[in-house]
Amino acid sequence: MKAPINRIIPFSNVDGPGNRMAIFFQRCPFKCLYCHNPETINDCINCGICVQNCPAAALKINDGKVVWLEENCVSCDTCLQVCPNLSTPKIHHYTVKELVEKIAFEKDFISGITVSGGECMEHVPFLIELFNEVKKLGKTCFVDSNGHHLFVDHPQLCEVMDMVMLDVKAYEAADHMVLCAQDNQNVLKNLRYLQDIGKLYEVRTVMLPNDPQLNERTLKGVIANLDPNIRYKLIKYRPFGVRKEGLKKLGNTITSDDEINRLYDIAIKLGHKNIVII
Amino acid sequence: MKEVMAIIQDETLTYSQQLLALARLAENMDHTIELAPELVKAKEEGIICDLGEGNAPYRPRYICPRYQLLLDKGSKFLALEPAQDLYEALNNLLIMYRHVPSITSYPVYLGTLDEMLEPFVQKVSYDDAYKALKLFLLNIDRTLCDSFVHANLSGKDTLTARMIIKLTMEMQLAIPNLTVKYDPEQMSADFMKLCIECMMKTAKPSFANDKMFRKEWGDDYVIASCYNGLKEGGGGFTLPRLRMYECSLKAKDADDFIDNVLPYYTQLMLKMMDDRIDFIVEQSNFFKANFLVKEGFVELDNFTGMFGMVGLAECCNHLLHIADNTKGYGNNKEADDLGVRIMEKLHALVEAHTCKYAANFDHHYRLHAQVGIDSDGRENSPGARIPVGSEPIMPCQIMHSCRFHKYFETGIGDIFKFEETWRDTPEALANIIEGAMKNGMRYFSGYLENNDVVRVTGYLVKKSELAKLDAKGQSLNNVSVFGQGARDYGNALDRRIVKNNESAN
Repeated sequence: MKAPINRIIPFSNVDGPGNRMAIFFQRCPFKCLYCHNPETINDCINCGICVQNCPAAALKINDGKVVWLEENCVSCDTCLQVCPNLSTPKIHHYTVKELVEKIAFEKDFISGITVSGGECMEHVPFLIELFNEVKKLGKTCFVDSNGHHLFVDHPQLCEVMDMVMLDVKAYEAADHMVLCAQDNQNVLKNLRYLQDIGKLYEVRTVMLPNDPQLNERTLKGVIANLDPNIRYKLIKYRPFGVRKEGLKKLGNTITSDDEINRLYDIAIKLGHKNIVII
Repeated sequence: MKEVMAIIQDETLTYSQQLLALARLAENMDHTIELAPELVKAKEEGIICDLGEGNAPYRPRYICPRYQLLLDKGSKFLALEPAQDLYEALNNLLIMYRHVPSITSYPVYLGTLDEMLEPFVQKVSYDDAYKALKLFLLNIDRTLCDSFVHANLSGKDTLTARMIIKLTMEMQLAIPNLTVKYDPEQMSADFMKLCIECMMKTAKPSFANDKMFRKEWGDDYVIASCYNGLKEGGGGFTLPRLRMYECSLKAKDADDFIDNVLPYYTQLMLKMMDDRIDFIVEQSNFFKANFLVKEGFVELDNFTGMFGMVGLAECCNHLLHIADNTKGYGNNKEADDLGVRIMEKLHALVEAHTCKYAANFDHHYRLHAQVGIDSDGRENSPGARIPVGSEPIMPCQIMHSCRFHKYFETGIGDIFKFEETWRDTPEALANIIEGAMKNGMRYFSGYLENNDVVRVTGYLVKKSELAKLDAKGQSLNNVSVFGQGARDYGNALDRRIVKNNESAN
């Protein structure tokens, strides 16, 4: 079994507790307007447009498939910019064994791994196998998820994983549809289920620069459904890496301190005890 | 003599800096120690460097007195009684510091402060102790004006250790350098976190691998000057260095280097060390008349010679014809393996040499990865470090270091520069430091890219003090001028920043 990996950050201090290896899987069922890494959304369809545009001869077509010649790559990201499919040719397909070798190399320096994406829950069988191996190294396994796939459907995964960091992008279904082009029923089910099994580490929401009502709806909805001691991260929208469509609809500016502090105050007033602004 | 006038007229020198420069000039007029013509040639060619130690060393380079003895018994020569309370303890220490010689004329070791002071701190109120320690640290910074002045913390989670860390964060001073002896199995997670927070605020403390040092040195090891492992009640006689890149230019190929060139220059330098140490012990008055020796604060047998080297990276790259540092030592298995071969050989050569003194070291010298001086430019990276700007991602850099640290018992260390986000995640850094020590890293230093106090190659400077020198003003700290040089000629402040967006897939 192999899984498409977009990126590995060997030392990350912002993806869960302690120092962690963060592993970003390719593919995501959402299409969020503010996605910072839109190239992680789809699998490559081998259309070859990036190959024609690569200035460094780092891409070629072999048997109808786009191949990335990493040693030639100058990391200019032209391939990402010209991709019409929200994808990337720069993908590694790893087996669990290969990934575990990388983790083992740095096991003494990390508390554990965090799987992210894209949406890592697109690859549940792979995750189960991976986590079982990582546990043998004595390390923790955290899942960073958008909540689209139901955790309750994957008891084996829930058993072996340590904790989940869950995005709740919007609480109202209509808001969620506008932002992510998907329904959020499962997200809210997961929000409850993960608390029931004691495996919710934190919840995150990106707060928009120009829609205070939407921000407030989401904030209130989440807090009404969240243990007040579980960390809730309010993340300022930042326009970097956001595609044109998103910039047009959400703005080309960072969410103001005033707005984020206003939301913080509301959260505290509602009795939440663990709010972090990012 | 125009050198004398140059010192007298230099407006960027403080009075005490002038005095030291003039003394150095005078010392170098003496030629009692005979230099073999081969050695003179090697020095001229830049292969062997005496690190400006002077022609007539009249004290050991690094002296690490047993300050506990001062607190317990007082000193006859200094006319000091045993300390009865915190104020006497601090005052006695400050008095003694002024009478401990070294290569810089400032004490390179101030004692394991928390251990010595804890019994006294326990007897006064928190506020009184805090105030007294604050004045003590301020006095050190303003009178021992040299970043090679170095204090130790035992690693125990004590009230005194916490106060010193807290004051270090608050005061933001380059002096003293500070090391905490770190054993992950002994140190409390909470105290570790505090130390890391402090390091992210003001580039200190650094972390010494307590297990590793204890195994090699016994329990009475200390860290002095930059990161030098030495014996308490002793120290280091002398520290010359081989400049490996220049050395490699004499070799036909790697085998010739290892079989012929390296042994030749190693023998020359060992002889030079023997001669200098004979001079210190037999000619100068230090071991005959200095109160530190007479009253048992140090003893001859606890001193050893430090065999220094720089530029292993450039040496390996040259021998393998690698022109691009980013593809060489530190990023290339062949170059790293050659580095190990060279170090095995050098270590064996130094081990095979028996010297007259250093009795408590079985009459052997010990290797030291010297941090470089400003005139090295970029041709010789410090010790066995990867050239600044060519460092691989952090896990690989640490694993690389771990291959080399074991050879350098009198000191080697790595410095990591972190971006802002790491300030708020001490647990993440604790993971890294613990793992590094577990894998054989000897000494770990870190700092935040935007701080005023930053670590240059082993010592600390304040960027604001470098700015004073840049504006042709004076800096109280003797070492600021080295930092200015290392920044300008060695790009020492441009080391790779540990960010959070580095991928390795």
